[in-house]
Amino acid sequence: MKPQPASVRIAAGQGFWGDWLEAPYRQVTGGPIDYLMMDYLAEVTMSILQKQKSRDPSLGYAKDFIPLMERILPIAAQRGIKITANAGGVNPRACAQAVAETARRLRLGGKVRIGVVTGDDLLGRLDGLLARGHELRNLDTGRPLSEVQDRVVSANAYLGAWPVVEALRGGADIVVTGRVTDTGLTLAPMIHTFGWRPDAWDLLAAGTVAGHTIECGAQCSGGNCLVDWDGIPDLANVGYPIVEAAADGTFEITKHPGTGGRISVAGVKEQLVYEMGNPAEYITPDGIADFTTIRLEQRGKDRVRVSGVRGRPATDKLKVSIGYFYGYKAVGTLVYAWPDAYRKAQAADRILRQRLANLGLKFEAVLTEFVGADATHGPLARASAPLDQLPEVQLRIGVRSPDKAAVERFTREIAPLILNGPPSVTGFAGGRPKPEEIVAYWPALIDKRIVEPCVEVVQV
Amino acid sequence: MRKKATRRARRVRLLDIAHARSGDKGDTANVGLIALKPEYYPILVKHVTAARVARHFKGMISGPVERFELPNLHALNFLLHGALDGGGTISLKTDAQGKVFSTALLRLELELPK
Repeated sequence: MKPQPASVRIAAGQGFWGDWLEAPYRQVTGGPIDYLMMDYLAEVTMSILQKQKSRDPSLGYAKDFIPLMERILPIAAQRGIKITANAGGVNPRACAQAVAETARRLRLGGKVRIGVVTGDDLLGRLDGLLARGHELRNLDTGRPLSEVQDRVVSANAYLGAWPVVEALRGGADIVVTGRVTDTGLTLAPMIHTFGWRPDAWDLLAAGTVAGHTIECGAQCSGGNCLVDWDGIPDLANVGYPIVEAAADGTFEITKHPGTGGRISVAGVKEQLVYEMGNPAEYITPDGIADFTTIRLEQRGKDRVRVSGVRGRPATDKLKVSIGYFYGYKAVGTLVYAWPDAYRKAQAADRILRQRLANLGLKFEAVLTEFVGADATHGPLARASAPLDQLPEVQLRIGVRSPDKAAVERFTREIAPLILNGPPSVTGFAGGRPKPEEIVAYWPALIDKRIVEPCVEVVQV
Repeated sequence: MRKKATRRARRVRLLDIAHARSGDKGDTANVGLIALKPEYYPILVKHVTAARVARHFKGMISGPVERFELPNLHALNFLLHGALDGGGTISLKTDAQGKVFSTALLRLELELPK
């Protein structure tokens, strides 16, 4: 038996699909790490990928993962860095195959083993599950899924760390998954390294907190940080976070030397509360983490120690993320300039709404915002700012409807305002807005026993 | 009159004693409010109640406000239900994911006893 390492270093490379392309490369080259963790999937992402897969069965994963692998795989293979990523989306096998082809092209044949985690995709099983009495009620509204059954476009259960652990135990160097939780991608290497047991709830909770801390990439190393935001050094070269974990579940958050950004207690706190519900019950498939037990301590420059995390047993349910077709929306904008910029934008809004009413168009919602005046802080901003001298205001008006024709007609009512509405208007270079299909999100729970994760490890 | 009131109370803007980060869960925005110094945390606990925050966001949210305490981080977590025009892909708002509810909360002014 190999001796157990004293620590494991897990580096965050992507906080979402579309994050900085340089970050993973810098993580594997900027200093020693053991694992590169990359989170690609947001709630909306799965339905976009499902749509791509329905057009072409070889698609449905994060395509830019492949050129990224082409760039970093030789380095990772040489340095023995393993990779966990949920880039597989709704087609992890196709993603793994594309990675394998890339590896072969790079003459890494025989040197790389790829793990694939599937079993999260419930779309094909949904009708059967509903027929057998699984209601999949919406966690927010309580409505049964049968109400939108014919409009469902994607359905994925959130798998936890354990299938990823199984792939690592099977010798995988790269683990490509479907809908594995963001935190599971970080927790799995810790479980694998230290041999944590499935009922070591405090340790699993600690690893989950580590995952939550780095799952949004630079958002815990100085990015989007409000505290002393203009004193944070060199964000142009921001270092993405690295977890250095010990077998007892304590860990330190740091980043490579010579990189920009900052790892501070205040910055880590901001990330810990991000997208937080009840902090005493952070529920994952692997267990429940109690964020009110976390202790933070600055351990030198760009190094924060995390300890004290307590956990509780996992529930017998898994969360299911379901996407369903909802309707259409479109958003149009025009910019009005000084003088009276705000009043002109307000007048244009009134005229536009009058015209929509005259046309007899019905919408589920019409929303007007005045960017530069109140778009983000609403009445709180209007109450405090002098609105009569604004240099410019962007009128931003959006509509939503199940009726595509109504949304389409709306998009043709923006441009005419340039010549037949209030003066000093510009900013229409983008052209007519396009009606956009809305795929809405339906969160539900399902019995854990229903979902069977599948793990394969293949040699390239 | 006004002078007398000033002697009895001082006005403190949350921006000067706390920082914050916000995000979304469906149609709910969450705002984590963190004391800039440990000694400010009891002020947040006492004065920044769920009811006070609901009043602050009147007209901007359609549902109730929930509050949770994280004394270990000197932080409070608020859930603002019905804040995002349906949330996610449905929302027509610029801030569909509630990213800047954080600083909107920091506009809140407290009246503290001298």
